[in-house]
Amino acid sequence: MKENYTGKPANRVDGRAKVTGEAKYAAEFNVPNLLHGVVVNSAIAKGTIKSIDTSAALQLAGVVQVFTHENRPGYTWLDSHYMDEDAPPGSPFRPFYNNQILFSMQPVALVVAESFELARYAALLVKVEYEAQPHETDLESNLPRAYTPKKYKSPPPTDPRGDADTAFAQATFKVEEAYAHPAHHHNPMEMHASIAIWHEDGKMTIYDKIQGVQNSQKYISTAFGIPQEDVQVLSPFVGGAFGSGLRPQYQLFLAVLAARELKRAVKVGLTRQQMFSFGHRPATVQRLALGASAEGELEAVKHDAIAETSRFEDYNEDVVIWPGVLYDCENVKVSHQLVDLDVFTPLDMRAPGGVTGTFALEVAIDEMAYQLGIDPLEFRLKNYTNTDQNKGKPYSSKELKECYRQGAERFGWSKRKMEPRSMKEGHQLIGWGMANGAWEAKQQEAAAKAVFSPDGKLTVSCATADIGTGTYTVMSQIAAETMGLPLEEVTFKLGDSTLPKSPLEGGSWTVSSVGSAVKLVCEKLQEQLLEQARKMENSPFKDANPEDVSFAEGRMFLTQAPAQSISILEAVQQNEGQPLVAEASQKPDKNQKNYSSYSHSATFVEVMVDEDLGTVKVTRMVSAIAAGRIINPKTGRSQILGGSVWGIGAALQEHTVMDHRLGRFMNHDLDKYHVPVSADIHETDVIFVEEKDEIVNPIGAKGLGEIGIVSIAPAIVNAVFHATGKRIRELPITLDKLL
Amino acid sequence: MRPFTFTQAPDIATAVQEVSSDGAKFIAGGTNLLDLMKIDVMRPSHLVDITQIALDTIEETEQGGLRLGALAKNADTAYHPLVEARYPLLSHAILAGATAQLRNMATDGGNLLQRTRCYYFYDTHTPCNKREPGSGCSAINGYNRDLAILGTSEHCIATHPSDMAVALAALEATVHVTGKNGDRAIPFADFHRLPGDTPHLDTNLQPDEIITAIELPAKGFAQHYTYLKLRDRASYAFALVSVAAALDLDGDSIKEARIALGGVAHKPWRVPEAEALLQGQPATRENFRKVAEAYLQGAKGYKDNTFKIELANRAIVRALEQATKMEAIA
Ligand SMILES: Cc1cc2nc3c(=O)[nH]c(=O)nc-3n(C[C@H](O)[C@H](O)[C@H](O)COP(=O)(O)OP(=O)(O)OC[C@H]3O[C@@H](n4cnc5c(N)ncnc54)[C@H](O)[C@@H]3O)c2cc1C
Ligand code: SF4
Repeated sequence: MKENYTGKPANRVDGRAKVTGEAKYAAEFNVPNLLHGVVVNSAIAKGTIKSIDTSAALQLAGVVQVFTHENRPGYTWLDSHYMDEDAPPGSPFRPFYNNQILFSMQPVALVVAESFELARYAALLVKVEYEAQPHETDLESNLPRAYTPKKYKSPPPTDPRGDADTAFAQATFKVEEAYAHPAHHHNPMEMHASIAIWHEDGKMTIYDKIQGVQNSQKYISTAFGIPQEDVQVLSPFVGGAFGSGLRPQYQLFLAVLAARELKRAVKVGLTRQQMFSFGHRPATVQRLALGASAEGELEAVKHDAIAETSRFEDYNEDVVIWPGVLYDCENVKVSHQLVDLDVFTPLDMRAPGGVTGTFALEVAIDEMAYQLGIDPLEFRLKNYTNTDQNKGKPYSSKELKECYRQGAERFGWSKRKMEPRSMKEGHQLIGWGMANGAWEAKQQEAAAKAVFSPDGKLTVSCATADIGTGTYTVMSQIAAETMGLPLEEVTFKLGDSTLPKSPLEGGSWTVSSVGSAVKLVCEKLQEQLLEQARKMENSPFKDANPEDVSFAEGRMFLTQAPAQSISILEAVQQNEGQPLVAEASQKPDKNQKNYSSYSHSATFVEVMVDEDLGTVKVTRMVSAIAAGRIINPKTGRSQILGGSVWGIGAALQEHTVMDHRLGRFMNHDLDKYHVPVSADIHETDVIFVEEKDEIVNPIGAKGLGEIGIVSIAPAIVNAVFHATGKRIRELPITLDKLL
Repeated sequence: MRPFTFTQAPDIATAVQEVSSDGAKFIAGGTNLLDLMKIDVMRPSHLVDITQIALDTIEETEQGGLRLGALAKNADTAYHPLVEARYPLLSHAILAGATAQLRNMATDGGNLLQRTRCYYFYDTHTPCNKREPGSGCSAINGYNRDLAILGTSEHCIATHPSDMAVALAALEATVHVTGKNGDRAIPFADFHRLPGDTPHLDTNLQPDEIITAIELPAKGFAQHYTYLKLRDRASYAFALVSVAAALDLDGDSIKEARIALGGVAHKPWRVPEAEALLQGQPATRENFRKVAEAYLQGAKGYKDNTFKIELANRAIVRALEQATKMEAIA
């Protein structure tokens, strides 16, 4: 691909719309005659609803209806009809299915009224009586109940390689420790909301906060038995999601239920508190056992994870794949088990499993480096792998060594003294730590449509989402570059279920999947342009084949004789005033199967820890990233910065607190659930390391959504150890752990 | 949120009159009250807006002190030249709280009356004696990392979350109030209450009383002071432990010391007898340690907050050191 628009920093094409408020989010659409729904959530974690008294709410003028399990319409209740694209094995949660309470804050009633204020007030008047049963929400105390799920959501743990038990027993140096990762909630800026609009002919238009409009469309279609073509789901802008929008959440179901019953438009938005009433990153405990030779070779790795899930679905994520991805070791044994608790099913959250697993592995690796007395970077280099040990396949590209080199140089790692507590400034102990990480670069099947109108405007579309990552911009860049058009002439459309098929916006695969489809559809359009150009009088293209023609700067020309050119506009205008239209679907190339593809990161951080007070400040951070082609260094950098900031939160602040007596998450607002604020963020440096990869996908880009976060928290934990000599194995590192 | 009626009071007399009706409450900046109304923790049926009353001036008193109108904004107070010059401790404490946006709305009177941040107080589906007297205290045997270690009772272990109040306690301010029975001046130490068996009462202000002003005495400790706030992130978080320290030094020798702790009790915590240990003593780490020990006499940890005892101890020492040397605040 020509380096034209891609590879250069471009401003967001939707930036102006966002800062002026012109960009509308799901809850913001003004719909005439709109009803407002407010959800009532359960007070207990487990038991049954004895009774629901809605009379006081219904007595208020303007309250239209209160829906509960008692008066909900009789729809299909088959599990398969509620399985969305991201559903783990099991029986999906069905709102208002019956009187059973499966988790605290479960939706138990929906109050629908003519105004939001009224609905909110009426919701307080709904009286629910419960019969509580004993619940279990504590992972620690339920560990003995851990089980191996019948079916895994993500690929099951790989079979053992070599003999890890014997190798570990015989190893000269050993690390064997437990690491605890708490539950996290996604908490995107925009809270989940849906507006369901019922039409006279029974069709529905829906605005939803979601990472895949076609996922919501199919879910509503099967759950309510509406033909798919009668449901249109729109989601033009998403105010962050981080995985919370991978599954349709209950407000969507409830809005549609109410709209169909009342034959009106209904909006249901969740409050910040209610953002804690569905999926979360699961609390996970891990045991790492590493064995190494005196020379610093890893001889054994055992990595066992036990994570929470709900009583109704077996959620799991890629927690234990990382030793095989990152290190060369012959004797490896991993396991991933679950404990089912009375909580909502966990839900993919930015780098699911990667955040959790890399934390434990990379801290254990640091511990081993200290046992051996080898510099932690040196130790990683000694055990570097060019093949994916899990799959036994070579990497399609891997510039992690270059990440180490450039990151270490920028940071000044070579000046580091190995000894903990060796640097100090006043009361501040200074520590330097590092970690590395990886994230799989996948491509999914995706389709795109391109319409080139005679006025020279190109519109490309796909039903994907832009969850703040810059999809609008990057896809416009790819189309503009492929077609040789100015960026301003290109419009990209997304977030509409009627557009060509898209995978969910997740897994860092949107650029690779949708981007490849956009490239392909533009190439198809080029063929059509060539056909049109051939029709022209004295056309220089009469005998040209598609491979002979290039497109750049608004012109098409013979690659071998660039002077032989016409403007692209002329070509499109040959089509008798009609636009040129192309559609294409792009599947991963078969050759990809011979390789494993991952993006990589190396993070170096400096922390200052107050020797008396235990406060930790991350003063410097350098992340070097190898992720194939960087389509837009500006939006790309933002992704890595966002991941870095979140990594600071994961290391030092974030955890959802459960009161196990109540079975209830208690810090359910942003005053009590801490994420970093500006004052927590100091120098943050991002390096994109050059990495050429012609195998990973036609675009050569590996995706940047998740790689930015994975190595941050362990690097901070390791830096805190270097500063203080204290090894913290339970996140977050709040100051009390360092007193 | 429940429906309520709303009026604006033109003057103090009307305000006092209107607030005397059942279920009525004053609203000033609204930054605390509205949040609590939205989640149904506070349920006033009538709001009396007092922001139209001319109570927002900051002026010098005849005694050489400063009078902060109850409706002066937190931001305007913190940046007021006389506050910055003469009571920098107060200025620092205010600026250590909340965010710029909130401080622009929040009033000095409202700040003193903000409610606890105990997790259970905020969730109407859990028992809480402060929110619903007699329902029980969820925090004592629940999640209590943020809560009190001093002056607690079996009925409540909540803390008062204000930073400003901690500085005002150290500075020995006076709270001026007006009610149906006329004016009162309440010494700051008597303004907030301990939970005892009435945890639903945060202060000794009567329901019909309005705060009109906060008066600072002449002595401002502008030479040696510090406000040290320890929290879980660098900004926009309430204190786990905070220390307002003010010293009057004669060379190396301490003429007078004031120490108030935040984040550890139902009110800003002062121990005058412990402060007195420093009187006439040299400002040394050793002496600071002794005071810190004395300050935490009788402190009691619950499951998650025991660390606060040690943290407060170290924070007192650090704060006194900072106040002595007036070095950059960590
Ligand atoms: C997210 C967040 C973070 C915060 N962080 C901090 C922090 O770190 N440190 C800190 O100290 N504070 C913090 N605050 C609290 C903030 O300082 C208070 O909300 C604010 O000071 C309250 O003032 P107000 O004028 O808005 O009070 P309002 O909300 O209007 O009123 C509060 C109470 O005081 C009563 N009242 C108000 N004025 C008077 C008066 N003159 N006479 C009698 N009664 C009156 C009202 O009836 C009400 O009960 C934070 C607040 C928020 C929302
Ligand atoms: S500590 Fe006080 S505020 Fe918290 S639950 Fe107990 S009674 Fe309520």
